[in-house]
Amino acid sequence: MQGSTVNPSQEELQYAETATTEQEHEDHRMFGVVLFLVAESMIFFGLFSAYLIYYFVMPEWPPEGTPELELLLPGVNSLILISSSFVMHRGQTAIKNDDVSGLRFWFTLTAIMGAIFLGGQVYEYSTLEFGLTTNLFASCFYVLTGFHGMHVTLGLFLILFVLLRSRRDNHYSSESHFGVEASELYWHFVDVVWIILFGLVYLL
Amino acid sequence: MTTPVSTSQTEPQRNWKDYFTFNTDHKVIGIQYLVTSFIFYLIGGALAAAIRTELATPESDFVDPEVYNQLFTVHGTVMIFLWIVPAGAGLANYLIPLMIGAKDMAFPRLNAVAFWLIPVGGLLLMASFFIEAPQAGWTSYPPLSLTMGQVGEEIWILSVLILGTSSILGAINFLATIIKMRIPEMGWFDMPLFCWSMVATAIMVLLSTPVLAAALIMLSFDLLVGTSFFDPNGGGDPVVYQHMFWFYSHPAVYIMILPFFGVISDILPVHARKPIFGYRAIALSSLAISFLSLIVWAHHMFTTGTPAWLRIFFMATTMAVAIPTGIKVFGWCATIWGGKLRLNSAMLFGIGFVSSFVIGGLSGVMLASTPFDLHAHDTYFVVGHFHYVLFGGSVLGLFGAIYHWFPKMTGRYMNEFWGKVHFWLTLIGLNITFLPMHELGLEGMNRRIAIYDAEFQPLNVVATLGSYLLAVSTFPFMINVVWAIFKGQPASGNPWKALTLEWQTSSPPLIENFEEEPVLWCGPYDYGIDVPPEDQQSVQELLSEVKTDMGR
Repeated sequence: MQGSTVNPSQEELQYAETATTEQEHEDHRMFGVVLFLVAESMIFFGLFSAYLIYYFVMPEWPPEGTPELELLLPGVNSLILISSSFVMHRGQTAIKNDDVSGLRFWFTLTAIMGAIFLGGQVYEYSTLEFGLTTNLFASCFYVLTGFHGMHVTLGLFLILFVLLRSRRDNHYSSESHFGVEASELYWHFVDVVWIILFGLVYLL
Repeated sequence: MTTPVSTSQTEPQRNWKDYFTFNTDHKVIGIQYLVTSFIFYLIGGALAAAIRTELATPESDFVDPEVYNQLFTVHGTVMIFLWIVPAGAGLANYLIPLMIGAKDMAFPRLNAVAFWLIPVGGLLLMASFFIEAPQAGWTSYPPLSLTMGQVGEEIWILSVLILGTSSILGAINFLATIIKMRIPEMGWFDMPLFCWSMVATAIMVLLSTPVLAAALIMLSFDLLVGTSFFDPNGGGDPVVYQHMFWFYSHPAVYIMILPFFGVISDILPVHARKPIFGYRAIALSSLAISFLSLIVWAHHMFTTGTPAWLRIFFMATTMAVAIPTGIKVFGWCATIWGGKLRLNSAMLFGIGFVSSFVIGGLSGVMLASTPFDLHAHDTYFVVGHFHYVLFGGSVLGLFGAIYHWFPKMTGRYMNEFWGKVHFWLTLIGLNITFLPMHELGLEGMNRRIAIYDAEFQPLNVVATLGSYLLAVSTFPFMINVVWAIFKGQPASGNPWKALTLEWQTSSPPLIENFEEEPVLWCGPYDYGIDVPPEDQQSVQELLSEVKTDMGR
């Protein structure tokens, strides 16, 4: 967890300050984000479980006549998405040293990588030989990757939002950067989901 | 409706208009939840009365079978998603910050959003009556739900998704508030048991509701786009939906009962003037229930061709739920045993809860057994069982909670005489309505049918008359509430001489709850210890004494 790497004394200091200035109680927003992501992961858990039941129950999986999935493009795409998590973490490291331009550089790079991933997905959709209703596997493929793609899109918007806010003077500092932490945690979550999804749909 | 009466304090007071706005005060939101869900209770109750009227005769003479399908579908959905679940959330909203000594919930704005999703989802569901109400039952099993009217079904799905979202946002708030915002002296085992039960409830909501959302998203695709996840005609598997649905909907029955387990654990010791029996056992059994609830779902599917070994597993886990539940019931009985009972309305509802809930619990253990379930599946026995749990349990618990905390919420007592009239009408009505259903089920009457065999008529007439008594029983309650708000006898900050923190502030509480930091001078249920000391110094002494007693 990225949020817990903050030095504890610094954290106390931050709480003491915010308590007297803008907030009446401690900042529990990161905890709320974690709980929200628990709920989010259960939606994917439900979808993945359904997929696995089909995988084990159906006499033939994928059903007869499903074209083979191409692995090269999605593989490269996955590598881009996974590396973007590490790139993004550099951004948080930067803001912890009060380096706003560093934050902006690494977050912009993450956003570009995320956009490339989404573009790759759309391109893959356009070249596939099956549609949403072709058969059960095709429906699962589109709903799973599409639902994940929606999450990547939302993550991308969060990053752009952080970039927009970072233009304000002193909006993010080493002591107060909830938006940076939250969007990063969300992005890591989306990444981990993709790794599981890729394993299930493309490799299994 | 339940606007607090302004007292002659200098503090700013709530205005009745606040209750119609996007207010972020947890007390306003709590009352908004309670009033809104009560309105939906009246709607769901009217639907129930229509259902019972139709069933008074074996023919379909009051409504068409199709309308009958709509009635029970919307009745089930309203009572679950718009009455009991939000009413529990309303109590939790009102009470949790007060009980743990906080000024508000962890995320007040999110809290208001969670509330305002309820009227949206509720009105959407009601609107479906003007177009084409859903007919596939509150379970919406495909392929039935895929063939019975696209519009109504999709409205149902959207409405449940909205209400589910509200419930998840609420759960995030409850967990964050209870875990992070207790006053520093309050450890986990100093919390009132209501907070424990809400922790268990919120964990279940957080883990299971999203799976229902996933199932409903897939069902929407089948319904609107023509995929075939659950449609056997296109190579899908309807049983997958049932697994996903019950992965939520079995925990959902505990989501609906656990808050009221907490309520009862708080009401009984106060009015029996005795410490709760087995605090830790009751607290931890809530967590045990929420864990078990996640691994029992397939007991709803014993008849859908599940393999035998799987049935035995789910039968065993389901029966195991009786253990933590039994621990609680034992604890409650031992709590009132030998106490100086104050038999007011709140206590009567509390005792009524325990006795009716036990009937529903026992028939639940019967249904858990696979051979018996194969016989009773989809009969009125099941209907009788879950109404004892949800009405005899949750609803009685909820009324108990309202009588108990009404003086705190409004600063006035409710009328005791009419409270007792309400209690006895409800208790008698519920037994007349739901007890015959067990017999009907064992004789073989199916649920969800408008037309039945004439031999079942006598008991159905009894049940119908009972349901009219239940309808009548809500009137003394409503009149009592309205009367008490304006004319009720004024109540002090701590009218029941209770020890939990919500009673340490004025009634109704100030806008930010406590005038000064509340002091935890004893455990939540240490009745029988001397009256609270007056001055600060002796409070500190007593606090340290209590702490040494507890071995810290």
